[in-house]
Amino acid sequence: MHGGSWNGEHGRQVGDQGMTSLRIDRLTKEFVTEQGEIVSALSDLSLEVGDSEFVCILGPSGCGKTTLLRIVAGLDQPTSGAVLIDGHPIDRPCPKLAMIFQEYSLYPWRSVLANVTFGLEMQGAAVARRQEVARKYLALVGLSDFASHYPYELSGGMRQRVAVARALAIEPAVLLMDEPFGALDAQTRNVMQMELLGIWEKTRKTILFVTHSVDEAVFLADRIVVLTKRPGKIREIVPVKKCPHPRDRTCRDFVEIRRHVLDLISEGSAD
Amino acid sequence: MRRLSLAFPLLILLAWAAGAHLINNEFILPRLESVAGVLLDPLADRLGTGSLIENALRSIERVGMGFLLAAAVAIPLGIAMARFRRLNDLLDSTIQILRPIPPLAWLPLSLAWFKIGLTSILFIIFLGAFFPILLNTIDGVRGVKRTWIEVASTLGARERQILFRVILPGAAPTIWTGLRVGFGIAWMCVVAAEMLPGTTSGLGYLIMYAFNFGQIQLIIAGMILIGLIGLMIDTLFRKIEAKRFAWRELER
Repeated sequence: MHGGSWNGEHGRQVGDQGMTSLRIDRLTKEFVTEQGEIVSALSDLSLEVGDSEFVCILGPSGCGKTTLLRIVAGLDQPTSGAVLIDGHPIDRPCPKLAMIFQEYSLYPWRSVLANVTFGLEMQGAAVARRQEVARKYLALVGLSDFASHYPYELSGGMRQRVAVARALAIEPAVLLMDEPFGALDAQTRNVMQMELLGIWEKTRKTILFVTHSVDEAVFLADRIVVLTKRPGKIREIVPVKKCPHPRDRTCRDFVEIRRHVLDLISEGSAD
Repeated sequence: MRRLSLAFPLLILLAWAAGAHLINNEFILPRLESVAGVLLDPLADRLGTGSLIENALRSIERVGMGFLLAAAVAIPLGIAMARFRRLNDLLDSTIQILRPIPPLAWLPLSLAWFKIGLTSILFIIFLGAFFPILLNTIDGVRGVKRTWIEVASTLGARERQILFRVILPGAAPTIWTGLRVGFGIAWMCVVAAEMLPGTTSGLGYLIMYAFNFGQIQLIIAGMILIGLIGLMIDTLFRKIEAKRFAWRELER
């Protein structure tokens, strides 16, 4: 039973580990192409994400949504502007934010358990503690029985669940997800969405989730940030909170929001 | 398949036996049983140079030393060249020119620089093993997925940790291939280098020395032993590859 109790107020609640604030402040990112042209990927983008909030970033391909997430993760540097977590600017990867990539990112030479312990190993945690924490998160994603398997023995959905467990194991405040279910088939994708909501409910992480699927965004998010085509700017922020989880894809509110977001996207790409 | 892989060697043995019978000249093609006699008595002294086993061990020892030396230089250099573009730009053209020169072509220079003896032989073996290891290391490190490195850095890994926990294991299968190929070439080099003046042991030396005495059966036994040892070591490399690096093949 996911979240009948959610009803949209969790964004304001205080978590056990204190509030986390994530602020994206006037972010601009320009690339120089090989021909020497300057291409603007993001332009003056500001966004505030509340503690334990689930925000989806949606936009046509090439709108810079992955760039945005990479800057938030500290993997890319903005041309101007800043990303602040609890008031501190991010200019390199920081363990408060964990990223889950679209493509297959597990270490194939490590077992499932060793993949999940990777972050704690890097941080120098004791073996016993690493294993304990890893087992806890493997259980959370429902893969306790696969601890000693290798990634190539798992299906696509299971691999992404391991990636989620690996990210959670460093106990970050924010999960950054870059189209994590993009490579999965529709049915697996729906299952993964449900599971992600369950995990979100249990862990109370702030989630910034990039997708190009309108349906996925409306199903998951508290708020949908719709970006325009290049350069990426915020076109509109659509609240979805009035729809309680688990959301019924056929209910009126869902359909209405979905239609509205679809309109925003198609207008955006028509320019 | 299995049976077929044994069928052809058997055919060769038969042809050999028939040929030797027809030719009936031990100095051109010795009989099967004279070669077998040498191989089956590997501990007997041969022409005062020591036994087959002793000479084989000398060769293996030399190739092992030269090979380890080559790996110790080529792997770190390969990693550095793959990581630092400027180093690659600096060295690449030189490597491409040196690479096609057969290691044995260095022998005269090697003798001039290092004199007759172990150092000369090691230098030749080093050159034989060095390039395959270097080029495969560069390839392997370049082939490490960027996502693997980025995941590590988002999980709090430092540069050093990324090198040892992500880049090295990620490149290991390709580096291993380089080691296997490098060892094969090194093995050919040691035998050839031992044939040249100044050596007094090793399988290459034994073969050349046997030639002076017209001991063709000893030459052929030595050649077979060289082949068998090469095959054994290559099989060992492949076994380890299949066990440790199976993920490369199974990964999609």
